[in-house]
Amino acid sequence: MRFRISAGALVVVAMMWLTAKTTADQQTGGASAAKPAATTTAKPAAAAPAKPGAKPYRAPRTPDGQPDLGGFWSNATYTPLERAQNINKEYYTEEEFKKVVADARNRDEEQTTPGTTADVHYDFTQFGLDKSQHTIAQNLRTSQIVDPPDGRLPPQVPAAAARAQAAAAERKQQGGQYDKVQNMPTGSRCIIMGGAGPPLRDAGYNSTYHIVQGQGAVMVLTEMIHDARIIPLDNRPAPAAGLKQWVGMSRGRWEGDTLVVETTNFNGRNPIGGGRGGAPSSDQAKVTERFTRISDDQIEYKFTVEDPQTWTRPWTAVNYLQKTNGPIFEFACHESNIGVSGILGGARADEKRAAEAKSGSK
Amino acid sequence: MTRKWIVGGAILLAALLLISTSVPGQTGYKAPRTADGKPNFNGIWQAMTTAHWDVEAHPAAPGPMWELGAQFAVQGGLGIVEGGAIPYKPEALAKKKENFANRTKLDPEVKCYLPGVPRAMYMPYPFQIVQSPKHIMIVHEYAGAVRTVYMDNHTDAPADSWMGWSNGKWEGETLVVDTKGYLDTTWFDRAGNHHSDALHTIERFTARSADTMNYEVTIEDPNVFTRTWKMSFPLYRHVQPNAQLTEYRCVEFSEEMLYGHLKKKASE
Repeated sequence: MRFRISAGALVVVAMMWLTAKTTADQQTGGASAAKPAATTTAKPAAAAPAKPGAKPYRAPRTPDGQPDLGGFWSNATYTPLERAQNINKEYYTEEEFKKVVADARNRDEEQTTPGTTADVHYDFTQFGLDKSQHTIAQNLRTSQIVDPPDGRLPPQVPAAAARAQAAAAERKQQGGQYDKVQNMPTGSRCIIMGGAGPPLRDAGYNSTYHIVQGQGAVMVLTEMIHDARIIPLDNRPAPAAGLKQWVGMSRGRWEGDTLVVETTNFNGRNPIGGGRGGAPSSDQAKVTERFTRISDDQIEYKFTVEDPQTWTRPWTAVNYLQKTNGPIFEFACHESNIGVSGILGGARADEKRAAEAKSGSK
Repeated sequence: MTRKWIVGGAILLAALLLISTSVPGQTGYKAPRTADGKPNFNGIWQAMTTAHWDVEAHPAAPGPMWELGAQFAVQGGLGIVEGGAIPYKPEALAKKKENFANRTKLDPEVKCYLPGVPRAMYMPYPFQIVQSPKHIMIVHEYAGAVRTVYMDNHTDAPADSWMGWSNGKWEGETLVVDTKGYLDTTWFDRAGNHHSDALHTIERFTARSADTMNYEVTIEDPNVFTRTWKMSFPLYRHVQPNAQLTEYRCVEFSEEMLYGHLKKKASE
């Protein structure tokens, strides 16, 4: 009656489910259950130049009177972190944005060309993983970064380049990426995904979050690798310097209707800023997040990164959390990680074949 | 006459009170309330048992790795199984013994796999309850395991999973969590006690004082056990003002054990 199902299949089923907006009492096991819903792009109030005279939104309240951020949200977006080099304005026109979305969808679909590696890994379109099948906050901004005003990451300090060099030298010392599991990327190993945050960065797929507000704490669950961050709201002192974590340590407070969360104590191994330019943030980074509910369906998510060991100045970005249908299914990543053993086993088999060919040709 | 009625009423009231305090799991203690009027279980909790080694009564014993000496040896304990022994079917008991013999290779905890329920509730790591009217989150320090207890929109498990699919309800002072949709891949402890994917757990959380609560779990699994059985133990609140869960992101700790044999051989 009950069938075993792998984590990968669970994810797939989850995405099918989210996509198809079926209710939970409908059968979700069959591949025929998913019929992608039409994409909708809902426009957040602050994602376009402000119109004067607009009435401020008042968020609903939890029973204990906090602005209610609870529920299931997605921060999938077509807006890149950094503004493209050929663009020099803050906002697209609606026409331009339509083209950006259409181009992105075409790229998504390209990934599922039969016979390609991507197609073997995940058929994005079939399983509802591609963004075109989700409700995405329409965002006319040309970059998530709003400060510096050019929409791009600030220049790096010399220490960042030195750190990147040292890391590259260390990697070289440890051998090739597929020589051993420890050399593989943390995401492939199911340790942590880049978007787990803080800050909460949109991922290629499964950019889904669950927020639950308890007494004295709020929990933000990132779907990818079931990363649950619990943010205390009780004005406790800053964490001890000796404890550094992948996701740092967070402290939260309300400033009016905005939940402000400051995070320090990073171990520096989970790059902020996507690791662009080969310089992930350092263990000195401080991230300040601001969650503000701006409509029934959206939370404005603004974050500032200060890391004097990496960038010459702080930078700030804005993205939106768009209300989505729950629930989030269990993302048991490590438990079914046949990818690591397959990749390492494949590399060893290749080496064996190469050695045999060499000795055979002698 | 009137006095008789008053006395009679008082006796009746006392009897009712007695009955209400003798409902299973009830403690007579009334927990502080959340803003929506429910017992407030928000906080960080942990069991103080040795059930993570063995849910049944067990003496102290050498650990599975002799190299670690007394540091990681088994601490003895009275067990948490009501009635003492797990009512295994004969073939299931044989499997338990086999699991135990091969525990360093088979125990999902060694591999940093999600622990399942009820094991997560008495592992030697704290967990945090974040309670809202619709969803009660149980977030474990071990492996970042997390469970959502749906207080509304109860549904069947849409697919099997490691931590199961939990529907919750309030029965007076008690939070009752009904969970199905488990995989058969988790164990109950380091002694190889096990279940099938037909496992069905019903957990009852009842406050017994400001900082302690009673926890009991009913285990149903007709594939493995001859009857329904129960485990129970108290949970204790972490009361230090700065208490918080810290990361136990253990995948890295298990990788050499899981994938070490696939490492590139040093070139000769």
